[in-house]
Amino acid sequence: MQRTVAVVGTDAVAEAMRQINPDVVPAYPITPQTAIVETFSEMVADGKVESLLINVESEHSAMSAGIGAAAAGGRVMTATSSQGLALMWEMLYIASGLRLPIVLANVNRSLSAPINIHCDHSDSMGARDSGWIQLFSENGQEAYDNTLQAVRIAEHPEVKLPVMVLLDGFIISHSVDRMDFLEDEKAKKFVGEYVPENPLLDAKNPVTWGAFDGLYGHYFEFKRAQQQGMLNAPAVIKMVGEEYGKISGRPYGFFEEYQMEDAEFAVVALGSAAGTIREAVDNARCADMKVGMIKLRMYRPFPAAELVQALSRVKAVGIFDRSDTFAGAMGGPVFVEIRSAFYESAVKPLMSNYIYGLGGRDLSFGLIEKAFSELDDAARTGVVKEKVNYLGLREGEVE
Amino acid sequence: MTWDYSDMKKWGWQKHPRGAVIPQAGTADDYKTGGWRSQRPVLDKEKCINCFFCFIYCPDTAIVVEEEDMKGFNLKHCKGCGICAHECPKDAIAMVDEIKAKQQDEAASA
Ligand code: SF4
Ligand code: SF4
Repeated sequence: MQRTVAVVGTDAVAEAMRQINPDVVPAYPITPQTAIVETFSEMVADGKVESLLINVESEHSAMSAGIGAAAAGGRVMTATSSQGLALMWEMLYIASGLRLPIVLANVNRSLSAPINIHCDHSDSMGARDSGWIQLFSENGQEAYDNTLQAVRIAEHPEVKLPVMVLLDGFIISHSVDRMDFLEDEKAKKFVGEYVPENPLLDAKNPVTWGAFDGLYGHYFEFKRAQQQGMLNAPAVIKMVGEEYGKISGRPYGFFEEYQMEDAEFAVVALGSAAGTIREAVDNARCADMKVGMIKLRMYRPFPAAELVQALSRVKAVGIFDRSDTFAGAMGGPVFVEIRSAFYESAVKPLMSNYIYGLGGRDLSFGLIEKAFSELDDAARTGVVKEKVNYLGLREGEVE
Repeated sequence: MTWDYSDMKKWGWQKHPRGAVIPQAGTADDYKTGGWRSQRPVLDKEKCINCFFCFIYCPDTAIVVEEEDMKGFNLKHCKGCGICAHECPKDAIAMVDEIKAKQQDEAASA
């Protein structure tokens, strides 16, 4: 029997970490992530896990210590948010370049300036090309489920890449949610024993990690090999998601399709917004609006072909982005990538972008309904009025 | 295991060990850092007291010691940094111009 509990999202991640029992957890506090490591450090102090918790002096050091521990042969996890992830930047690329299967929970929070502690996806979107797999969660349950699966995905011999589990700051991290935890035995069996590759601590087989490549110059080859890990990842993520479904009753794929069978227009969203949008879809359906939703879980690697297939049946798509690319009029990152994915497609829906929720701005039903009615118009008339929309932005008059 | 990487320059991306790991110890022996040298250490054995400061400080393990006797330098790996000369308490090591030293070697062997 699974344990049904009501806990905050950070405790859900900490519980998954307890069941995983990683060898090393180097961490540094930052709002709203702090509660994950706070709860986990209590578990360490109470002897509920055997993990070595390292209190480091910065997130840069957290990832550096994680890289060292992972190269040594340990199973490594950590957690961060926002500026913390930004401070890890150069080490993120080293973790993926060295093909170290580190698992990181990032509690999504905006990036300064101005300083703001609330949710948006600016932090992890900036790291989308750092070679990490990225899995978004809609709620605490998914954050827990994704954390357990992340270990399996990262450590899979065909993948060997670090994985970032994403959960929305405060909305998920600090809200109490009802969820089910696997029995310890089942969780541990699912995660399995870690067999590291070329561990530094294997004194009988001495190896060198992180040597200088420059003079012979094989960097290009290593980067192509790294891409292969990403190319192999979807099959592994699918396999792990199905296997997880068998033991938990909660199967996972690349994305969830909601009311898409007969939808005339659709929205695509990541994270907690999908929960609100699902309700809004139900309400709109009562009013005879044929709207559907795609909740994107796997953002890296990007499931381009599958998304094109799922979205080519609708007439109009609204892409919800909780961050901006600042590339001028290009729109948010999800918008840019879905548009790019459709380039070869003969059939393509009209597309518009809704940038919303920056710095924790609330996404209300009213705002979603506004987007729905604009998309409905576009589907009927064949015209997109505004390509990039800022949903929920205050637009006052200038004197 | 012996890792044969003699033809590594021809390898395609699939052949390299994952994550740029070097799966064998001691490969630095194959890396001839001596080619970097613009200054060459020369030992004055008269002054040397076999204290092995040079041996301890040399970053390339290029000080040759046999039976507790400082014998000179492994010029395949000595990169000419001059640390040994700097650390030697007896000034028994002089740094000389590498090109001139090479020309003298060539003249001597001709
Ligand atoms: S010059 Fe530098 S590398 Fe050469 S023997 Fe002296 S210390 Fe070693
Ligand atoms: S440091 Fe000088 S005196 Fe000491 S062993 Fe080396 S050459 Fe000889």
